[in-house]
Amino acid sequence: MKKTVLRKPKGFIDVYKHKPGAEKDRTHYCPGCGHGILHKLIAEAIEDLDIIDDTILISPVGCSVFAYYYFDTGNFQVAHGRAPAVGTAVSRANPDKVVISYQGDGDLAAIGGNNILQAANRGENIAVFFVNNAIYGMTGGQMAPTTLLEQITTTTPYGRNANTDGFPMKMCEVLSQLSAPTYVERVSLHDAPHIRRTRAAVRKALQNAKERKGFQFVEVLSTCPSGWKIDPVKSMEWVKEKMLPQFPLGVYKDVSNEAVAVERPVPIFDPAIVWEKLGISSVADVDFPRGDVPDEYRKMSIRVAGFGGQGIMVTGQALASVALEYGYNVSWLPSYGPEMRGGTANCSVNIQDGTIGAAEAVKPGLLLAMNRPSLEKFEKFIVPGGTLIYNSTLIDIKPVRNDIKVFAIPITGIADELGNTRVQSLVNIGAYAAITGMFNVDHVVELLPKLFKGKKQAIIDLNAKAVKAGYDYVKENF
Amino acid sequence: MARMLMKGNYAAVYGAAMAGCTAYYGYPITPASEIAESAAALFPKLGRIFLQAESEVAAINMVYGAAGSGQRVMTGSSGPGISLKSEGISYCAGAALPCVIVDIMRGGPGLGNIGPEQSDYNQVVKGGGHGNYKNIVLAPNSSQEMCDYTMLAFELADKYRTPVFVLTDGVIGQMMESVTIPEPVKELPDKSDYAVFGNPLHKNLVNSIYIDHDDLEAWNMVLYKKYQQIEENEVRFEEYMMDDAEIVVVGYGSVSRVLRTAVDDARAKGVKMGLFRPITLFPFPVNEIAAFPGRGVKHVLTVELSTGQMVDDVNLALGGVIKSDLYFRLGGNVPSADEITGKVSELYGEVK
Repeated sequence: MKKTVLRKPKGFIDVYKHKPGAEKDRTHYCPGCGHGILHKLIAEAIEDLDIIDDTILISPVGCSVFAYYYFDTGNFQVAHGRAPAVGTAVSRANPDKVVISYQGDGDLAAIGGNNILQAANRGENIAVFFVNNAIYGMTGGQMAPTTLLEQITTTTPYGRNANTDGFPMKMCEVLSQLSAPTYVERVSLHDAPHIRRTRAAVRKALQNAKERKGFQFVEVLSTCPSGWKIDPVKSMEWVKEKMLPQFPLGVYKDVSNEAVAVERPVPIFDPAIVWEKLGISSVADVDFPRGDVPDEYRKMSIRVAGFGGQGIMVTGQALASVALEYGYNVSWLPSYGPEMRGGTANCSVNIQDGTIGAAEAVKPGLLLAMNRPSLEKFEKFIVPGGTLIYNSTLIDIKPVRNDIKVFAIPITGIADELGNTRVQSLVNIGAYAAITGMFNVDHVVELLPKLFKGKKQAIIDLNAKAVKAGYDYVKENF
Repeated sequence: MARMLMKGNYAAVYGAAMAGCTAYYGYPITPASEIAESAAALFPKLGRIFLQAESEVAAINMVYGAAGSGQRVMTGSSGPGISLKSEGISYCAGAALPCVIVDIMRGGPGLGNIGPEQSDYNQVVKGGGHGNYKNIVLAPNSSQEMCDYTMLAFELADKYRTPVFVLTDGVIGQMMESVTIPEPVKELPDKSDYAVFGNPLHKNLVNSIYIDHDDLEAWNMVLYKKYQQIEENEVRFEEYMMDDAEIVVVGYGSVSRVLRTAVDDARAKGVKMGLFRPITLFPFPVNEIAAFPGRGVKHVLTVELSTGQMVDDVNLALGGVIKSDLYFRLGGNVPSADEITGKVSELYGEVK
């Protein structure tokens, strides 16, 4: 009888250099294990499809943790169950490459169950080979999500019980219900005709992957004589007799013909284009000249307080934004911590030259109180000699302090007269400019299009009126 | 100059974009969600990748995949999410993959709350996940530093092929300040010696498993020496009013801002107080703190938003020559400058 010497498929590394020890020409798998057969089918396929150099293989945790010993591809070894997540990023980084996620049943269907589901649902451009041998092999024969009912494992010593352990997990059935996957098939390695069918499925998945046709999923029913504690021949029979009825073979989904190649954007790094695309190059620093600001208003720690909807945060941000254009250092901090409770909203603003320390205006130099609870709560913290601006439209009590400067301004009333309560924040800015001399009211108006970028001209015009009204009220009444 | 008013969370993403970060993988969590949101807004404009992962665990494993593919990659989260990411960070450290992780600390343990705390110090600075590894940890205290140190984080990550944390709290993340946007990097580093590209020239292996005991010991020694090198080269800190200080307050992040104000207040009353602010938490400024007694420092007060995590490192550095006292607030409460000066008077009385 003629003896034919078969060569190793080129998809395999010739000498398994990553494998420790002396046996660098054989795999670490047990006799009768299905992994070796599936490895060979994949190695042959990537050679025949001419994608050896374009393939990145992801090895999981499980018996195939060392798959990277064998394949002459780019290789990742990853955390238990996370191959689809790693594969997602690898594929996004290398959109024109073939990414293979090789996983076992514990890895894919138990600890990594959500990762496979979500990668499938995003239609990630990866080919998944899922080895289902109904047991945890690497850790010594514990129950897998695919373990059959009544099957004995080291963690189901009395047999898997549906009542306590649930039912065998049917991944093809689950994944084929999703919209995104391109190809989902279950095959088996239990005899030669079925190995041939598996060979075809492997090739189809990899051909689709080569054409960037999204998510490919091939579940392979496989043998684990060591875990099952039966010999290799009986293992083949066990797959046929026990597993096939539970895990019907066949194509569960195939839209390969309609699938279009996944396209990914090309990242931009050119510095000038980066700045332009992010709108940074169009940011013009204004650098207004400062007016004659009294000493007491040159370093400001401001608390703005009121209830939600009164433009508290906008007032604070606008103060900081305008001050920035005079070259001050500024900070704005929204109420954070216990102040969030109790119905009042507040923020802290610091405006000064030099480094700003504490961001929260614990002892403000200026309090802008928009409602009565805010006045009651924060008046006592104003520094002696500091300034209080309060909204006299809504606050029907008088401040109690007599060691501070007080400006009662009908802020809500002024805004209402302009026809829109929401412009209260701009009334505030105008009043602040008049009281402190820190901002020139014309500068503030000039800045409005920048502060309210994208707003209609009518809104900008109304805001300008509000700023002037706040400013004029202070000038006319104090 | 391009000066913009923005929150620390946004500034970190601008820093990342300028550093050539190509991919952001993250999961929403308060108070860090704005990092993901701003990456979602900015990165697609640059053809770069933003993906909202199905979980924190998935996000960090995507980071592993992107880093192994040679990309500059970032994720962001807060305490509970960092706990979930710990396994993946250990894998990144074990496979020597560079990546940047921003942690905007919130109150814990458990679900805690969304107020600012500094209680992730131990899990971030000491490693966090399993195995012998450390993260480089940068602790910014302003929006500008959120931008600049995120950018620096990418440089250090690539220089040492290791995960780098940008660690701060909700105050710095949520606060708006002026940020001058730095110039984008012109060239990204060549990573072909280890990254997997799926081409015939670079059939690299990204891996953290060494089944042979001697091999794993040897690999751990490589990592160990790397961390020693980091300790020698990368210590960063800031001093304020330290020249003649007899009392030193030590704090990082938002606390250091309060301490700065407290130092100003104390100095106004003639108290010789100074601020020492570690900027790198690993490597910790051990030698600089050990030098305190020799500089005439008599008292050290460490202030944290945690029940004494950093103070252990301060005391190790002081070596028992002086003992650092500790003051902390918790649960989202932040001390005021008056609280600090009050504590200093209570502990050290009238200081000459």
